[in-house]
Amino acid sequence: MVLSVLLRAMAAMALTGVAVIPVCRRHGTGPWVYGTVLAACSIAFAAALGHLLAGAAPLTLTLPLGIPWLGAHFRLDALSAFFVMVVNLGGAAASLYAIGYGRHESEPHRILPFYPGFLAAMNLVVLADDAFVFLFAWELMSLSSWALVMAHHRAEGTARAGYIYLVMAGFGTLCLLLAFGLLAGSEGAYTFDAMRAGALPVSLQTLVLVLVLLGAGSKAGIVPLHVWLPLAHPAAPSHVSALMSGVMTKVAVYGLIRIVFTLAGPPAWWWAVIVLIIGGATAVLGVLYALMQNDLKRLLAYSTVENIGIIYIGLGLALAFQANGLAVGAALALTSALYHVLNHSLFKSLLFFGAGAVLSATGERNMEHLGGLIHPMPVSAATFLVGCAAISALPPLNGFVSEWLTFQAILISPDLPQWGLKFLVPAVGAALALSAALAAACFVRAFGITFLGRPRTPRAVAAAEIDRSSRGAMVVLAVLCILAGVLPGLVVDALSGVVRELTQGSSLPAQSGLPWLSLIPLSEARSSYNGLILLVFLTFTSTLIALSVRRLASHEVRRAPAWDCGFPDASPTTQYSAGSFAQPIRRVFGHVAFRAVERVEMPEPGSLQPARLHVHLRDLIWDTIFAPIQKVVAFTTEHLNGLQFLTIRSYLALVFGVLILLLSGLALWP
Amino acid sequence: MHGLAFDVAHLLSGSLVLISLMLLYQDRLYSLLNIFAFHAVFLAFAVAWQAFIQGAPHLYVTAAIALAFKGIVIPVSLHRMVQRLGIHRQIETVVGIGPTMLFGICLVALSIMVMLPVTEQADALTQEDLAFALSVVLLGLLMMVTRRNAVSQIVGFMSLENGLILAAAGAKGMPLVVEISIAFSVLIALIVIGIFLFRIRERFDTVDVQVLDRFRGEQP
Repeated sequence: MVLSVLLRAMAAMALTGVAVIPVCRRHGTGPWVYGTVLAACSIAFAAALGHLLAGAAPLTLTLPLGIPWLGAHFRLDALSAFFVMVVNLGGAAASLYAIGYGRHESEPHRILPFYPGFLAAMNLVVLADDAFVFLFAWELMSLSSWALVMAHHRAEGTARAGYIYLVMAGFGTLCLLLAFGLLAGSEGAYTFDAMRAGALPVSLQTLVLVLVLLGAGSKAGIVPLHVWLPLAHPAAPSHVSALMSGVMTKVAVYGLIRIVFTLAGPPAWWWAVIVLIIGGATAVLGVLYALMQNDLKRLLAYSTVENIGIIYIGLGLALAFQANGLAVGAALALTSALYHVLNHSLFKSLLFFGAGAVLSATGERNMEHLGGLIHPMPVSAATFLVGCAAISALPPLNGFVSEWLTFQAILISPDLPQWGLKFLVPAVGAALALSAALAAACFVRAFGITFLGRPRTPRAVAAAEIDRSSRGAMVVLAVLCILAGVLPGLVVDALSGVVRELTQGSSLPAQSGLPWLSLIPLSEARSSYNGLILLVFLTFTSTLIALSVRRLASHEVRRAPAWDCGFPDASPTTQYSAGSFAQPIRRVFGHVAFRAVERVEMPEPGSLQPARLHVHLRDLIWDTIFAPIQKVVAFTTEHLNGLQFLTIRSYLALVFGVLILLLSGLALWP
Repeated sequence: MHGLAFDVAHLLSGSLVLISLMLLYQDRLYSLLNIFAFHAVFLAFAVAWQAFIQGAPHLYVTAAIALAFKGIVIPVSLHRMVQRLGIHRQIETVVGIGPTMLFGICLVALSIMVMLPVTEQADALTQEDLAFALSVVLLGLLMMVTRRNAVSQIVGFMSLENGLILAAAGAKGMPLVVEISIAFSVLIALIVIGIFLFRIRERFDTVDVQVLDRFRGEQP
């Protein structure tokens, strides 16, 4: 019942995408499309949430579509229901936002047909129960999002972003295809049921893990496969960026969880080592890159890379505990990872909506040209601030809860028997702490430079608040961020069904009966957290401080010399800039992570030119991995190109030579 | 009887290989065409002998087709073409005759080395037949690769085709329809190639393939 409702909602979305093609150039079609998608997403969200909360048994459905003798299998278990919920929550918010935001779109016919299909494809990936449906939906998701990235294909850099995205997406799907091929075995058992039942030898299991990390990981944006992400995500229109960053990366995480935790069989402990190292590196490098960006949307995209790292750390810990039979630890780590999946989809969508609001108000994505937007755009600024605080893991918001839970899982790692893990997990914990601190710096910078200070350009002066439905979407997400932070017990209880399914029966103790809405993951003696009390305390103390400042401060007018600290010049360009904010961190990490070179160009005495500071950053991952690949491919194609212009006789000789070679091979090794 | 059947079949297909080798060192077009006709005649004999020892009357049709088309019609028409094109005096070989012959001998050895182990289950006659057929095919290909003149490339192609027919006749069981259709397709190929030859000549005043390459602008 629920499953067929979900599939009908997907079909409705896909049909909307097709039906809109003839009329999509017409003005005023956008709100109708986004309204329909909003309705479909809301229905799907409600259905999935109901299924998840009721703790119902898995539902399956086989449709006579696709490969004739196989059919299309769909399955809704707790894990799928959770991810359907995340996808449609993000989809509904993005559609609500786009009802208003889409009006500014210059080329709606490049977006409207693909947008519903993109959402439907993401849902299908999550609901798929055989490899064909999964891969078909996965590829549909990649291609429709590629079309959306290419919507503004004339903009600078979009064509390159789209090309790199297409190559990486093709590579990822190829890896997943091979992984499913290994899982299906020689009999071609492509349904997930058969894969769950089958057992692979350890060597093949490991190969599957590596292929899935390459395939799903490249879509999620793990280092070093993240290169396409900060190019492609910002190039799309903002509501699509929000979907790609907030939701599509989660679908990729779903792919990893589905295959590694439920299909590939029991994990080996050293799988955790691979996943943890990837997670730690991704978290730290992602946030370091984010700190160096001046483009607001690209900063958010790099921050997505960081958050994927945090989720991977949670999953790696879960693998470590599960391989050693420590069910409680596995449940805790999985809860933290899934909680962060939900949180990141909430606040990253919110932040991209904020960036979209800034973009549509000023036409600028470069933070160096913004500033002072809190005055013309109070609602956007407030909601963006909530998102920044949440992603920086500040209590009492939701980001804190999931990262706190991850740290709780790290703290019980001494229970693990392997010495490798005993040493690695604290190191990963340190990386996580470092990335959390850097993320805070990154978002202080993002919010401060964009919304505070004085406007740096006339465009920033002329900014105005965006329309009502976009604001509505942002407020809804901000409220959800606060609720998920203040009421963590409810979320953890809702996740317990998913966790039980993945850990074969164990989950965290029920939290909803605890007094004062506290969160006690293991035992009260160890640790507990209470968002509500923190919220009350923060509200109370800040009100008290504000009142006492007002009351105790002197009301007399004082006269003093002109205050010029930080403002020696009245020009807004002399303010603290995004570049200056990043400088200390660039000094510390830049040389190692980016081979940063700074050069000051002083004018000659008497010259009227300004002094300039040049900063050169290099992307070492691009330079060491992708640039050589690019070179090899270019070299080979350049030289193979000659093969197109041979004479007929040379072609014949070529064929003849190969034939002789093969025959001699046959003669020598019969 | 069996010993005699085997020996005669062996002799005929062996001479086919020998004639293929002879084709390699012909540097005059007329003599090339004559040897090619000779090749086709021996093919017809070989196939007819197969028909006799296998008791398969439809192979006689194949033999007749080979004799009529490849032994008479195609050589005669190619003769005329050469005459009309006025290239009967031309001498051409790309690689020297000595290395080509050596290479051809190596090819024969290679095909025997490949075919004998692969077809171990088959009887000795089929084994030998297939090995010889493969050498004829390879020698035909070698001829197509080493020759520059379009007419001798056609001859290479046709002798390769003869190798296929020989293999098919030895393998017992190729239906007549297939043989006839192959024969006709070869004939049609000849017509098409003939038309092309004249078109090429009209256009470039030569049938030397290298001139075509030069015309494409890739080689000086």
